[in-house]
Amino acid sequence: MESTIVKAENYNSYFGDNHVVKDVNISINKNEVIAVMGPSGCGKTTFLRGINRMHELIPNATSKGKILLDGENVYDMNAIYVRSKIGMVFQRPNPFPNLSIYENVVAGYLLNGIKISKADKDVIVEKSLTSSALWKEVKDSLHKKGTFLSGGQQQRLCIARAIAMQPELILFDEPTSALDPISTSSVEALFHELKANYTLIIVTHNMQQAARVSDRTAFFYMGELVEFDDTKQMFTNPSDQRTQNYITGRFS
Amino acid sequence: MSILLVVIILGVLATLILESLPTIKTLGIGFLWGKVWDPVSNIYGAYPFLVGTLLTSFIALIISVPFSYAIAIYLGEYNPKGWLSDLLKNAIELIAAVPSIIYGFWGLFVLVPIIRTFEMKIGVAPYGIGVLTSSLILAVMIIPYAASLGITLIRMVPSPLKEAAYGLGATRFEVIRKVIMPYTRSGLFAGVLLSLGRALGETMAVTMLIGNTSAVADSIKNAIFGPGNTMASVIANEFTEADHSQYLSALIELGLVLFFVTVVINLIGKRIITRFTNE
Repeated sequence: MESTIVKAENYNSYFGDNHVVKDVNISINKNEVIAVMGPSGCGKTTFLRGINRMHELIPNATSKGKILLDGENVYDMNAIYVRSKIGMVFQRPNPFPNLSIYENVVAGYLLNGIKISKADKDVIVEKSLTSSALWKEVKDSLHKKGTFLSGGQQQRLCIARAIAMQPELILFDEPTSALDPISTSSVEALFHELKANYTLIIVTHNMQQAARVSDRTAFFYMGELVEFDDTKQMFTNPSDQRTQNYITGRFS
Repeated sequence: MSILLVVIILGVLATLILESLPTIKTLGIGFLWGKVWDPVSNIYGAYPFLVGTLLTSFIALIISVPFSYAIAIYLGEYNPKGWLSDLLKNAIELIAAVPSIIYGFWGLFVLVPIIRTFEMKIGVAPYGIGVLTSSLILAVMIIPYAASLGITLIRMVPSPLKEAAYGLGATRFEVIRKVIMPYTRSGLFAGVLLSLGRALGETMAVTMLIGNTSAVADSIKNAIFGPGNTMASVIANEFTEADHSQYLSALIELGLVLFFVTVVINLIGKRIITRFTNE
């Protein structure tokens, strides 16, 4: 089998006393597209935010257990370093409004105060925007503000911003839930291309999307990881009754 | 009701213009840079007071801005919720509610001796009272204006933006410097303008502490450490003594100048705030 990139071992998350993610064990391979689905409030986003230690930014939020990135526990590393190593794309496109498209792509470098030459920046910007399938649309307006783009373009800009930091792993938190159908399909098409170079973990509450884009799917329910299996297998013949109920729409 | 307020403001403006017509006619625009103010010989120049007003206000601004920004960042981003935050925020707003004569008294009895000791140590004439002392008191008085607007604006920064930066590996300091500050820059600047408007017009505390001399200082050192006078304080001090029409008219013209300066500063500030909140 391929090598493991992310592994959760007895991972738990809490908001104060509220136990949101319960004893999750999961192992994700390199260059896989993983969909994480489940009803609202099932802990899927919280689990995702635990992987790059964004969870703990919320007051009173704590976690227990291990998340191994390339065999090393992220909770033993510097949180800032972890977040710069793992890309993240959010529910709503959030380009920096005061920065141009160009600056948005290299925002990770600007923010962390990493000095790179203009030539290197040019290369990173073109490469990242090409990978996020945005280069052709914006190459003549790189110095316009990122907020002038359409929602779908903004989201692809945010993907480019994540790619620019050369992560191995990119987390997507319901990346298309604020987008129209056309923008959604442009972003979904991108997932297939990104798979060659990156590992993607996509949280979605859209089952069709999970079925369309992922290799394997994790189903969360009430904070537990109920089932984690090959996507086709899960949608045709789930092994757990709760998964069965969810995908047949008996609860949502 | 609001039309009435407009009428009142315009009425104030009209009165100021009408009453200062005598000196506007005789002295013209030269009033603004006449360096001598000698009512006994009927010579009126606003220059010492213009300098005094601008100097006290800008020194006060320079002292207060770091504090206002620090308070705004702490209560807006580091500690936006909880009892400590509420307590501090109320305390800061209370600073604006204290009557200025109290600041004047406090300045006279507490600040002046301290400044006097300080002035002796650094080897300038130990007046105690003067431009620097007034600026310090003004700085305290204007902190709440920039700070409470800043707190509101910083709390309004959309969390997705902050998350985007954290997600890229930014530290909290980097998020403040590179996301929050650029996003709120124009609003924070407007807050500074509002406090400047307040500093320009502040009368009582400054009158009590500035020393009230109409002479132009002979050096920068004396202009800062020595006594001076502002437009507002000269009006307050000399209005009751104005025994002939030219004198009175000159004082009212000072008021007119002050009115214009503060109105313009306030309008610019409000303009920036509206533009910022509509974006």
